[in-house]
Amino acid sequence: MLLALIILLPFIGVLLPVWFHRHGRTACAWATALPPALGLVLLFSQAPAVLAGEVRRFSLNWIPELGLNLAFRLDGLSFLFCLLILAIGLLVILYGRYYLSSDDPMGKFFALLLLFMGAMLGVVTANNLLLLVLFWEATSLSSFLLISYWNGRSDARRGARMALTVTGAGGLAMLAGVLLLGHVVGSFDLDVVLASGELIREHAWYPVILVLILLGIFTKSAQFPFHFWLPHAMSAPTPVSSYLHSATMVKAGVFLLARLYPALSGTELWFILVSMVGLITMTLGAVTALFKHDLKGLLAYSTISHLGLVTLLFGLDTRLAVVAALFHIMNHATFKASLFMAVGIVDHETGTRDMRLLSGLRKYMPMTAMLGLIAAGAMAGVPLLNGFLSTEMFLGEAVAQRVLGGWSWVIPVVAVFAKVFSVAYSIRFIHSVFYGPSQPEALPKPPHEAPFFMRAPILILVGLCLLVGIVPNLIIGPLLAAAATTTLASPLPYYSLAIWHGWNLPLLMSMVAMVLGTVAYLNFARLLRLWERLPAVNAMDAFENFVHDVVIVRARQVTGRLENGSLQHYLSLLILGTVVVAASGLWGLERLNGGVPLSALDPPSVAIALIMMVTAIYSAIWHHERIAALMFLSVVGLGMALIFARFSAPDLALTQLSVEIVTIVLLMLILFLLPPRSPNDSTYAHVVRDGLVATSAGIGVGVLAYTVLTRPQQTISDYFIQNSVTGGGGTNVVNVILVDFRGFDTFGEITVMAIAAIGIFGLLDGMRLFDPKKDPNVQWASDKYPLLLLILNMPVLPLALMVAVYIFLRGHNMPGGGFIAGLIVAIALILQYLANGLRWSNNRMQWDYHPLVGAGVLLAGLTGLGSWSFGAPFLTSAHDHFHIPLLGEIELATAMLFDIGVFLAVVGATLLILANLGKLKSLDTASEENR
Amino acid sequence: MMQHWPVLPVLLPLFTGALLIFMARAELNTQRWVSVISALLGVPVSVVLLWQAQADTISVYNMGNWPAPFGIVLVIDRLSALLLTMTAVLGLLALLFGMRGDDRFGRNYHALFHFLLLGVQGAFMTGDLFNLFVFFEVLLIASYALLMHGAGPERTRASFHYVILNVAGSAIFLIGIGTLYGMLGTLNLADLALRVSEVGPEDAPIIRAAGLIMLMAFGLKAAMLPMYFWLPAAYSAASPSVAALFAIMTKVGLYAILRVHGLLFGDHAGALAGSMQIWLWILSIGTLTLAIIGLVAARTLKRAVSYLVVISVGTVLTTLAINDPNVLSGALYYLIHSTFVVAGLYLLAELIGAQRGTTRDYLTPAQPLAQPNTLGIMYFIGATAIIGLPPLSGFMSKVLIFRGTVTHPLAPLLWTLLLLAGLIALITLVRAGSTLFWRTNRQPPTPRKADPVKFGVTLVTLLFSPALAIWAEPVIQFTESVALQLNAPWQYIDAVLGSGLNLAVDAPALPPPLLGGQP
Repeated sequence: MLLALIILLPFIGVLLPVWFHRHGRTACAWATALPPALGLVLLFSQAPAVLAGEVRRFSLNWIPELGLNLAFRLDGLSFLFCLLILAIGLLVILYGRYYLSSDDPMGKFFALLLLFMGAMLGVVTANNLLLLVLFWEATSLSSFLLISYWNGRSDARRGARMALTVTGAGGLAMLAGVLLLGHVVGSFDLDVVLASGELIREHAWYPVILVLILLGIFTKSAQFPFHFWLPHAMSAPTPVSSYLHSATMVKAGVFLLARLYPALSGTELWFILVSMVGLITMTLGAVTALFKHDLKGLLAYSTISHLGLVTLLFGLDTRLAVVAALFHIMNHATFKASLFMAVGIVDHETGTRDMRLLSGLRKYMPMTAMLGLIAAGAMAGVPLLNGFLSTEMFLGEAVAQRVLGGWSWVIPVVAVFAKVFSVAYSIRFIHSVFYGPSQPEALPKPPHEAPFFMRAPILILVGLCLLVGIVPNLIIGPLLAAAATTTLASPLPYYSLAIWHGWNLPLLMSMVAMVLGTVAYLNFARLLRLWERLPAVNAMDAFENFVHDVVIVRARQVTGRLENGSLQHYLSLLILGTVVVAASGLWGLERLNGGVPLSALDPPSVAIALIMMVTAIYSAIWHHERIAALMFLSVVGLGMALIFARFSAPDLALTQLSVEIVTIVLLMLILFLLPPRSPNDSTYAHVVRDGLVATSAGIGVGVLAYTVLTRPQQTISDYFIQNSVTGGGGTNVVNVILVDFRGFDTFGEITVMAIAAIGIFGLLDGMRLFDPKKDPNVQWASDKYPLLLLILNMPVLPLALMVAVYIFLRGHNMPGGGFIAGLIVAIALILQYLANGLRWSNNRMQWDYHPLVGAGVLLAGLTGLGSWSFGAPFLTSAHDHFHIPLLGEIELATAMLFDIGVFLAVVGATLLILANLGKLKSLDTASEENR
Repeated sequence: MMQHWPVLPVLLPLFTGALLIFMARAELNTQRWVSVISALLGVPVSVVLLWQAQADTISVYNMGNWPAPFGIVLVIDRLSALLLTMTAVLGLLALLFGMRGDDRFGRNYHALFHFLLLGVQGAFMTGDLFNLFVFFEVLLIASYALLMHGAGPERTRASFHYVILNVAGSAIFLIGIGTLYGMLGTLNLADLALRVSEVGPEDAPIIRAAGLIMLMAFGLKAAMLPMYFWLPAAYSAASPSVAALFAIMTKVGLYAILRVHGLLFGDHAGALAGSMQIWLWILSIGTLTLAIIGLVAARTLKRAVSYLVVISVGTVLTTLAINDPNVLSGALYYLIHSTFVVAGLYLLAELIGAQRGTTRDYLTPAQPLAQPNTLGIMYFIGATAIIGLPPLSGFMSKVLIFRGTVTHPLAPLLWTLLLLAGLIALITLVRAGSTLFWRTNRQPPTPRKADPVKFGVTLVTLLFSPALAIWAEPVIQFTESVALQLNAPWQYIDAVLGSGLNLAVDAPALPPPLLGGQP
């Protein structure tokens, strides 16, 4: 529980700085320091047990289904890292208090810092691989926000984006690796994973797992070829650089190398990959660092180089190399964090970090100069400082390893080469900034010493460098031993942490490097000229250009071509896609003809079919002449009605007929408002394409219909015929199906009509279109309201209404019903509009049709609901015989009430559409009508 | 009353919609009250059903008291109940957002909104293929009308493409239905499932073709390749509350594939088992790939979110192609997660756009936002969730899907694509976010802060992601039970054809069963 509290504290405390921000900056810093300080106390309370080799565990089920649990462990390795994170975190908070200017939102800064701290603690203490990945990505996210802290600056935004992209991509690869690893082991529990080294290494997936996890590690720890993000992350405030980019976050990668060492290491692949990447990174970083003029740039590449060194050590095949790696992690954290802080002070007090401007600052900030000198000495590996000890161990292991077989001598040689540059840039760092002639006039700000509390963190860290360098065993002996024991998962090899091991090869190599490094610095100007002849690559520009010019522009090309805004294009893809996919399904059908004999062709059917085909083709050919095309289309529709009639479906025929009429009339009204011809904007190729698509679709549907219709059918329709009278109370099965068996469908469809009506109303409401009559090219009939139509129309309305009532009433037993009756009434009313004009008709029907539509749907619904009172489900019908005077014996079904709803909805919907189409005409036309 | 409960998710929006048309001339405020009360009632209605379904009962409601397969049945199993609940909750949130202004720009917003809910909820419940078509029509026409709501040239054009393509899709669906009915003589899904399993090898290709035709029809609804082209334009042009509700609409297509193809072409389907898989693979992988490219190309935040919708569709489709209950459970978790996050992002895009003057949500520099911090945090939550970064629900769903597919032969391809999608989403959303929040010009920010209700609704919608992460265990347990139920279609078939809700007052005598009893 204490363990969980250590990790939780920073998260709990996230709001503290935000809250205390208003009480001043010192209060804010104090509040922020509280969680890590408490954490440190708790951590030390665990020290005796952990240093004695115990592993403290805490576990809480979170998502067992996923294998993701809140499991933490505190062993030597996590203890070491927790200590770094919390202790350096505290120092950074103190430093940050003085570093940030009063314009910077400090509460936000410290809140993010705490967030990062918590995530980092999570990474190093997680005892579950998925939990580790979770915290791992959380460090990426929080570091993104920290790097982009000064988000008004373009370099900060871009640097942060690149850092997140690279580490995020690595994190994704790592997630995949961890999932595979978890599958191989059968658990994400780290205890289990660490104990399954044999199993993992012998599994066929081992290479994949290793490469994926290493991708995560290398991106996070800025290893070649993913190192390029780190220098650009230097646009972060310096406390962030010193915390994240030297002491903690970039160490997460090498931490994981250590953490998974028992599970993954020990194979040829591991040694080669890890050592080679480390070697290249170390050398590349060291060389580049020397030529950076920006102090933070120099430190960034130096960090890359040292991380490479640590990686290289993990890749060496000696056990002592691991001890050296862990030792160097600690040492690097102390001296590099202090160096970053020193650079921050220089930057803060002079306004620049450019070594070409800085010079002789020793005079103005002697204390900082001294601290910087010692820290840089540790970085260069000067004796009596901690860097020396771990470097000696490193060189010793570089000599002892046998990773490359006969070529193993390459590693120590390259190591010395890198060390030469390391010495050289350390000298340059100190010499060019603090020594040489002082020229304050060249600086943006007059230089002066920083406040004491800003120097204090450096003082503490540098003191540690010295103490560890002089009495290593006393200070960190037990800690290192505990961490190394955990990492190696076995008793430690013999080593001695002492300054003096006698004259040996590593010492000689160190001395050679010192001498050569000094020589190199003395010849810096010459080397720089050589360096500048190399082609300069700015990683950030390259990255941004790649993302923008290549990825985004290409993507826009592809997307633009696919989504070109052409409906024809989309439709052809849809239809062609369907034809291809359906054809693939039909593939393998042995016989098209299923055996049911075709009925003989009779002349009427052939005639109707021919007419439909011809008119359909004509409507396509004439589609530019809108009215003509519509006429042809209406013939197709009528042909359809005739076919229904021919094949004994009078209900369908009636419905089709009335729907056809209403549709055509409404379309005519719309066409009146559109130009009579549509523009010809299809190329010949398009026409061919569309023709082919249409033909293939037609053939496809034809084939499908033929295969289906020639096969014997067994359907549920017999049931409907049997039950139509007894269960539905009607002899017209089609109507009983519509209003009873499948009344719910009909209910849905009238709802669709209602929605369509109010949708069209919404579309047209308030819309005014130009009067088409203004077009001089169009010849309109001179007779506005033909007399014949006017006269004939008069008796039609009452007659039509009567027919509608008749059709409605007989619906349940004979062809008819509410739907058709509604359409008939609608047609009769449309005729009124046509014959008498808009104004005349609207004056006589001055109501809003909304309630009518709503009432229709409501009535149908309420009828359905009525059955609830009998305990029956929705839409259950009841029917009985009644004796009504005059009419005689009549059978009434509740379905009729439902049908009235249908009727109302259909009439209302049609009229709602019609009334609005009429209103579209501009006012000119309306006033003309009055004359 | 309880016996009628299963029909309530249909009746509630239906009566509300009809009532709202009836009182179309009433004050907008009156309409709002009716509308929001109905939406509020919708939540407990579906939660009760979820509760019942969770206890392993499949509720069957026989419309008109006609026994299946002759009448239309509503069937609520765990999957339906889950989706119904999601619809009800998301519908309520979107409506609350829409009530703060979206409903002013045109007539009948509220009626159309409830009809859209009707279409979605009906589609999630019906056990009848043709009735599914009817609800598709309800859904289509209502969404089309809502899409045009408060028209403008962009909106009209996008919605025109949307409706034409979808009407074509309806025709394709009808061809599929017709073929199936012609061959099998029934429309009831459970009955169809039984009959499909008896189809001999000589007729199997026809049924397969019908299935594939319907796959395309559903794929169009779900925004699958090569038919997703309508989505980015339509969704990004829609008013925000509508776009948020649309987040559930692509799920209707996915649901239809899961339900219809799961029942008809599942493992039990004899000669036809798994005959959709190969095309599901091809089309889903293609969808994912092109959606990733589209995401990179997006110029506005809403477009980017629209491609995220398509990516989520592609992701779910791949899991359907794998057809394994473990993966399906993950896919369902992902479905819940992506629906809410995407809806939240649409709403958020509106809040952000409203504070950037005429630049709206275009990804170019503009004046600073009035509320950069709170909106920024919300954006961060939404982006983290949809990218799939921990600790939010996107990460959980990614892990779930990956774990389920570890041993699948196509896992390398699938993983690569999904991880790539995550990475591209990361790059795109980070770029977008840094432009929207940080790359500001020197103009003063608008003093207009977000409407508190809109703000709250957006926040709540996005907070589903952390909630889904924290309570991942119970949610995953539920999605697992859903997947198991789907994997045992006999339960569904039994429930529909076996007993049903026979509360008959004067029910007709049942005819001899056509199929000779239970398998």
